[in-house]
Amino acid sequence: MSDQTLPNADIPERGATRPGAITRLLHKSEALRGASLLSPALLFLGVAILVPFGILVVMSFWTPAGFDFDTTFTLDNYREVMERPIYGALLERSLWISGIATVATVILCYPMAYYVAFHVHRNKMMWIVLMTLPFWTSYLLRVFAWKVVLGYEGVINSALMTAGLIEAPLEFLLYSQEAVIITLAHAWAAFAILPLYVSLEKIDRSLLEAATDLGDGPVMRFLRVTLPLSLPGVISASLLIFIPTTGDYITPALLGGPDGAMIGNLIQKQFGPINDWPMGATLSIVLMLLIASICALFILLILFIRKRIA
Amino acid sequence: MSSDSYIKRKNRPLQVYAVIFLIVLYVPVLFLPLFSFNDSLYVRFPLKGFTWQWYGELFEREPVWSALMNSIKIGAAVSVLSTAMGVFAAKAITRYRIPGRGPLVGFIMLPLVVPLIIFGVALLVLLSQLGVPLSLYTVALGHMIICLPFAVATLIPRFEGFDKSIEEASADLGENAWWTFWRVTLPMVLPGVIASLMLTFTVSFDEFILAFFLSGTQPTLPMYIWGQLRFPQEFPSILALASMIIAMSFIVVFIGMWINRGASFGAVKGDET
Repeated sequence: MSDQTLPNADIPERGATRPGAITRLLHKSEALRGASLLSPALLFLGVAILVPFGILVVMSFWTPAGFDFDTTFTLDNYREVMERPIYGALLERSLWISGIATVATVILCYPMAYYVAFHVHRNKMMWIVLMTLPFWTSYLLRVFAWKVVLGYEGVINSALMTAGLIEAPLEFLLYSQEAVIITLAHAWAAFAILPLYVSLEKIDRSLLEAATDLGDGPVMRFLRVTLPLSLPGVISASLLIFIPTTGDYITPALLGGPDGAMIGNLIQKQFGPINDWPMGATLSIVLMLLIASICALFILLILFIRKRIA
Repeated sequence: MSSDSYIKRKNRPLQVYAVIFLIVLYVPVLFLPLFSFNDSLYVRFPLKGFTWQWYGELFEREPVWSALMNSIKIGAAVSVLSTAMGVFAAKAITRYRIPGRGPLVGFIMLPLVVPLIIFGVALLVLLSQLGVPLSLYTVALGHMIICLPFAVATLIPRFEGFDKSIEEASADLGENAWWTFWRVTLPMVLPGVIASLMLTFTVSFDEFILAFFLSGTQPTLPMYIWGQLRFPQEFPSILALASMIIAMSFIVVFIGMWINRGASFGAVKGDET
């Protein structure tokens, strides 16, 4: 990130006044000073992330017993996830829905990022702020807005009916997988635009000129120079959307209905109405493992493709 | 045709696409304020007439006010704490050669990517095993996890953007590390700090999932809205409340980004300030 500041990194400490033993040690060691500054954040995140995850893993080997847990180690939960079709179906559907949403978002956002990177010359910052601003506002309320738009008596249906184009409301708009996909793609757009923009902005313009001079037309120039060079942006955009949306709860809960329910809803149910916490923990772990392995495969695939092209 | 003209040439279809993209990005959200002024219990066209009724109703509701206060308390505490940690972390990341820096930064940014429901569930399990009762404190704890990466991400470009030699000069002139930080570093990164405070406050204020799992009897504002969504007759008031929250978020985030504009997004070219 700031590699240019590194080479002369140990100069400033020399001017300091006579320090105590610990301070002297800190002054001597770059890494130690850095680590001591970083430690509050790392310590907090370490405790707040790793410890709960550890407990979650442990709990996934337990079973519920009345209001308490039977803490004898068992793989029953994992066996149940493998055997009962409902879990597999929901997991598959979640991956499928967020996979489509990811592809749609990246494809739709690419031209936008391309436009700002290559064709906006003044007020670039303004465009970026405009594109990312909605992302900072409440996710819940943005999903709620889509419910208003897609609802049975919502914006689209009532507008079409007022205009006399349809007789009865279109029922497939709300409570469907399509509704979930549209909303996810819309809500996570900023996550795709930023990495895409950064990777496009970094491309050396003289490479494009070189391609033109060597006789490439606009299409070939894009396919052979711009697209391969922006591939890191495409990869990180895809991962940044795919990973969090797979476990999304709000969108399927508000817009999915029974057909659009995803694994997040089932996990919540295990901790709520069903009250089988160990199973909820197991599902969370399985979800994480699935996402991690799919992402690893995806990255390997991209690396493989890049090697073949280059 | 010179190659220069290709790069500078306007691309009309792309421009049209970009404008449509922005419209589609904003229009769904804009329906909330539109219908919040509609004089009808039903959210549908045709619009009936203009009214402030739904806004007026909100002001008389006790639960809205208490939920608002809960959200503000959590947001204020979380934004200050996460920004404070973020300043040190961002300084460490940009200034010092730390072994394994890449993975460490990745770890800090992890909460931005991992589904929040996982964090919610994991923290819930831990807290219940420890016997800690759910309260506003536990919600704040959860919000810290997602606000810290936002704070660090906002502050890193600020630290990268300023000239390290100024800090060195301060040290050469005899200031110790602490005073150098107070009198040189902090004023230099202040726009980033203010932006981080505003952005993390908004993130915490608007967050739902973690609050959903980690709150006890006192709801935050998003939790209150979630609870009201079940009742169709509450829809217009919720639209009014949602419109106000979104308007406030837009303003706060916009100001925050604008204050920090010189540093954001890896120093945007052609827009020097």
